[in-house]
Amino acid sequence: MDLSEINPVLLIASLMVAATPLLLAAIGELVVEKAGVLNLGVEGMMIIGAICGFAITVETGSTLFGFVAAAVGGAVLSLLFVLLTQVALANQVASGLALTLFGLGLSALMGQSYVGVKPPSTPELNIPWLSDLPVVGPILFSHDLVLYFGIGLIAVVWAVLKYTRLGLILRAVGENHDAAHALGYKVIRIRVLAIMFGGACAGLGGAYISLVRVPQWTEGMTAGIGWIALALVVFASWKPWRVLLGAYLFGGITVLQLNLQAAGVAIPVEYLAMSPYIITILVLVILSADKSGAPASLGRIFHASH
Amino acid sequence: MKLTTLLATAAMALGMATAGVAQDKTKVGFVYVGPVGDGGWTYEHDKGRQAVEAEFGDQVETVFVESVPEGPDSERVMTQMALDGADLIFTTSFGYMDPTINVAKKFPKVKFEHATGYKTAPNVSVYSARFYEGRAVQGHIAGKMTKSNVVGYIGSYPIPEVIRGINSAYIHAKKVNPDVEFKIVWAYTWFDPAKEADAAKVLIEQGADVILQHTDSTAPQAAAQDAGNVITFGQASDMSEYAPMPRVSSIIDNWAPYYIARTKAVMDGSWESVNTWDGIAQGMVEIGEISDAVPADVKEEALAMKAAMADGSYHPFTGPLNKQDGSDWLAEGETADDGTLAGMNFYVEGLDGEIPQ
Repeated sequence: MDLSEINPVLLIASLMVAATPLLLAAIGELVVEKAGVLNLGVEGMMIIGAICGFAITVETGSTLFGFVAAAVGGAVLSLLFVLLTQVALANQVASGLALTLFGLGLSALMGQSYVGVKPPSTPELNIPWLSDLPVVGPILFSHDLVLYFGIGLIAVVWAVLKYTRLGLILRAVGENHDAAHALGYKVIRIRVLAIMFGGACAGLGGAYISLVRVPQWTEGMTAGIGWIALALVVFASWKPWRVLLGAYLFGGITVLQLNLQAAGVAIPVEYLAMSPYIITILVLVILSADKSGAPASLGRIFHASH
Repeated sequence: MKLTTLLATAAMALGMATAGVAQDKTKVGFVYVGPVGDGGWTYEHDKGRQAVEAEFGDQVETVFVESVPEGPDSERVMTQMALDGADLIFTTSFGYMDPTINVAKKFPKVKFEHATGYKTAPNVSVYSARFYEGRAVQGHIAGKMTKSNVVGYIGSYPIPEVIRGINSAYIHAKKVNPDVEFKIVWAYTWFDPAKEADAAKVLIEQGADVILQHTDSTAPQAAAQDAGNVITFGQASDMSEYAPMPRVSSIIDNWAPYYIARTKAVMDGSWESVNTWDGIAQGMVEIGEISDAVPADVKEEALAMKAAMADGSYHPFTGPLNKQDGSDWLAEGETADDGTLAGMNFYVEGLDGEIPQ
């Protein structure tokens, strides 16, 4: 065992990368759930984002277009969920599961000709003086822009939910859609927009995996991160900064446990392998002791005539 | 009353008609652990399936189910295949072992072939390839080419097949480079590109400049390419899209001849439960082209070792070898028997760390 082989700076830098897909998908789902909709299709929207982003980046050579396409792809797929749950008033749980299965299948079909293709690399921030700083440089100033965008998005969602009229309306729709409707808010319209926002975020998260974290396209490459994002929203008690904390914790311990293994630490590997899940859940459960509950209308179907 | 009778007759006639069609064709099922587009393990099995179709044309019908989790879920998939009239079912991952045996008991007339396991039954064969022969070649190249003397190894699950590979690679790396050190990370998955990429990055950050993988995706190759001066080897499939750097060679599993032979055996009724374990000599394990990134003399030595294994003059596990705890395993000139290899659950001397139990 030699812990000195673990470089803490590189560890923190890579945990930020590992956490970003989860962060993006979770903050999108948080907004969806705040609007009172439970969309279990995160995994499906992520994988569609992964292939859309990958394909467009390869075709155009621009990662910017790739990420935009990923967001659009995720949002378009979420429209299917909109159609099922907001127009046809189908069960949200079943529709979400269907969306995941559909997304996985469709992405495999779309990705057939992209297996083994290498994407252009995503440019990383390189600020002449700041990026060269010894410790702070690699951690804070040498990532790709999407990573910063993810953190910024958390701040924006937090501020909007907490301080703006828009956030208030969104929360009203999620807490009591009948009351919101009685006040004259367009419940369905607001929810549709929230679902599309969630889809776009999930798509971005997926593209981050296929363009930055791995980077390549393989079928089923999101490998369950969408489900972890869903769980994270619940354990984070629907609070944006806790989503950030949870994602970094999860990403961090995932990377740390691999580091510990490689350094030959004498903890049984099985415990290390399960540690990201256990520790993340544990910390967030302790944090959520303040009893902030789920949006009251979560998962309930709304129709103006009810 | 008349209507129901009519319907029943029609249904029976229809049933017999479909049964008649099914009898003409031999139906072969494949259960895959990853997606067919993984570019590695499952990709090669699916190439074998396509070879069966190409060989027998209209005489066979093949079906496959991909990304089937190991464990109880796979039992359901196999049962469904057997109920749908499959005559022969290939279950292509170690974790399908007990499910295969369970389902085989329920369908004595259906033949099963389980890859990389060790449990057989009257209607269950097992087959595997001697991947460790390929690992010996990789170990040799790795030992010669590493500059940091740190070789990273991404393991999937601590099962004999994976441990054999680690031992074989280590023995041959150590032979040509006494200072070499192996860092082993267990990913606990066969296929999870993000996790595999993370594992590769971690190993590279800790100084490894050679990455060996026993997982199925090409993600570690991509991570190595990103890092620059790191070499890798294709696993299960050639992964030639990453040649000449970082991928400098590969182990290719060639299942096609075996799948064709076994399908043929089912067709002509000569199928028997067998235990097949073929290597380089029989062509089940192939060494992918060694790229120009490898110095010419190293390439020559590697090819000579491959030839020696093919003609049987060299066995990768030849003594003197000790176990990790220092106890004697193989005496000078002695080679390991297949029984020990099949159940290998120990590291050889020199490797650090413990095998997770």
